[in-house]
Amino acid sequence: MIDGGLNAHHLQYLMFGALWTIGLSLISFVGGGIAGGVIALCRVSPIKAVRWATIAWIQLIQGTPLLVVLFLFYFGLSIIGFELPAIVAASIAMIVYVSAYLGEIWRGCIESVPRTQWEAAECLALSRAQRMRLVVLPQAVRIATPPTVGFMVQIVKNTSLASIVGFIELVRAGQLINNSIFQPFVVYLLIAVIYFAICYPLSVWSHKLEQRQQFGSRAAPPTANAT
Amino acid sequence: MKYDFDFASVLTSWPQFLEGAGMTILLSFPATVIGFVGGTLLAIGRRGDRRWVARACGVYVEVLRNTPLLVQVFLVFFGLASLGWKVSAFSAALLSLVINVAAYSCEIMRAGMDAIHKGQIEAAECLGLTRRQIYWHVVLRPAMEKVYPALTSQFVLLMLASSITSQISVEELTAVAARVQSETFRPFEAYILVAVAYLILSLLMRLGLWVFGQIVFTRQRKLGSTK
Repeated sequence: MIDGGLNAHHLQYLMFGALWTIGLSLISFVGGGIAGGVIALCRVSPIKAVRWATIAWIQLIQGTPLLVVLFLFYFGLSIIGFELPAIVAASIAMIVYVSAYLGEIWRGCIESVPRTQWEAAECLALSRAQRMRLVVLPQAVRIATPPTVGFMVQIVKNTSLASIVGFIELVRAGQLINNSIFQPFVVYLLIAVIYFAICYPLSVWSHKLEQRQQFGSRAAPPTANAT
Repeated sequence: MKYDFDFASVLTSWPQFLEGAGMTILLSFPATVIGFVGGTLLAIGRRGDRRWVARACGVYVEVLRNTPLLVQVFLVFFGLASLGWKVSAFSAALLSLVINVAAYSCEIMRAGMDAIHKGQIEAAECLGLTRRQIYWHVVLRPAMEKVYPALTSQFVLLMLASSITSQISVEELTAVAARVQSETFRPFEAYILVAVAYLILSLLMRLGLWVFGQIVFTRQRKLGSTK
């Protein structure tokens, strides 16, 4: 473009980036959700060693920045001999990260199912697996829905870090456009608007779910959110 | 496939890592303090009687919470510069961390204040306390006490998130790791080392905040848990 401004092609490219942001978020959510489920179950396991190992793992991931985890997989695995494309490294890092946080959130939900429910199930001579599957988990899932939807916002936002290892999602697409037209304020503002358009509905949805659940009870103390 | 770890070549640059850790602390500490005070003011504004102030605070919080920190950092650093207001990388990083953590602290503090029983405030009014006294003694301090665990997690997350500022060339831990790995060609070791450093920092920070809580909230110390 001769005038060097933002044009329709740029917008199209940004939309392409936004699609990859959503794609990576979905991969992280599904993969992290499966791994997080396993972690949550291990975290409440009757075997002490499993419980402690899971706690250590969660502390390890929650005590290091996602950016460093991402670099570890991106540089680390490629040096051992797996040449990883950015999308794979980003997906693995995101899944590891999401699983630790979701695992901890869901652990809280499983534990907040009233003790009496466990005991009643035990009195009915259900095995541990049956108690989990038939009594505790169905109730825990209801408790877990609002915070899980809320965490999806964090997932979408954190996929922005994949841009740093060169994966072309929304932020990277914006950087490339900015490199050619050099209007950082406009470009980054536009990116922020697109992120907001993806995340805000999720936030509202999470809030609505929460309100519906807290019907009649006092507000629960809030939990921290990853930036 | 076989990979020989060589931490020695990376460890020789330990003074740089120490400096990086110092920079991380230098960023996180003021950001936490200023952001928390700002967030508390926002929460008061959001709960206040003036409709437009409450709305403005609400919009601020929602916008900040639904866009990635990386984009906020870029917007402050590159965006402001392109508008003619040049700020150093450090100031831009500090500014974006402050505005970010203020939004999260606001949400947490607001939840804490909402959880203060109405009867408490009415009782304070009956005792003839002024509005300011009520806010300070009856609302703010007990609210902070209630949400202190959530605040602690949020502040630790902020410290970890400060790794993102390495992207605008702030010389904190992650940036040091990037430099060391480009000098030694040992990315895996460098990032493992930095991950450990972050882990230690976050544990120290949790410990420090816990001690601070024990000192500030004397009631909690005397009565045990206030929950």
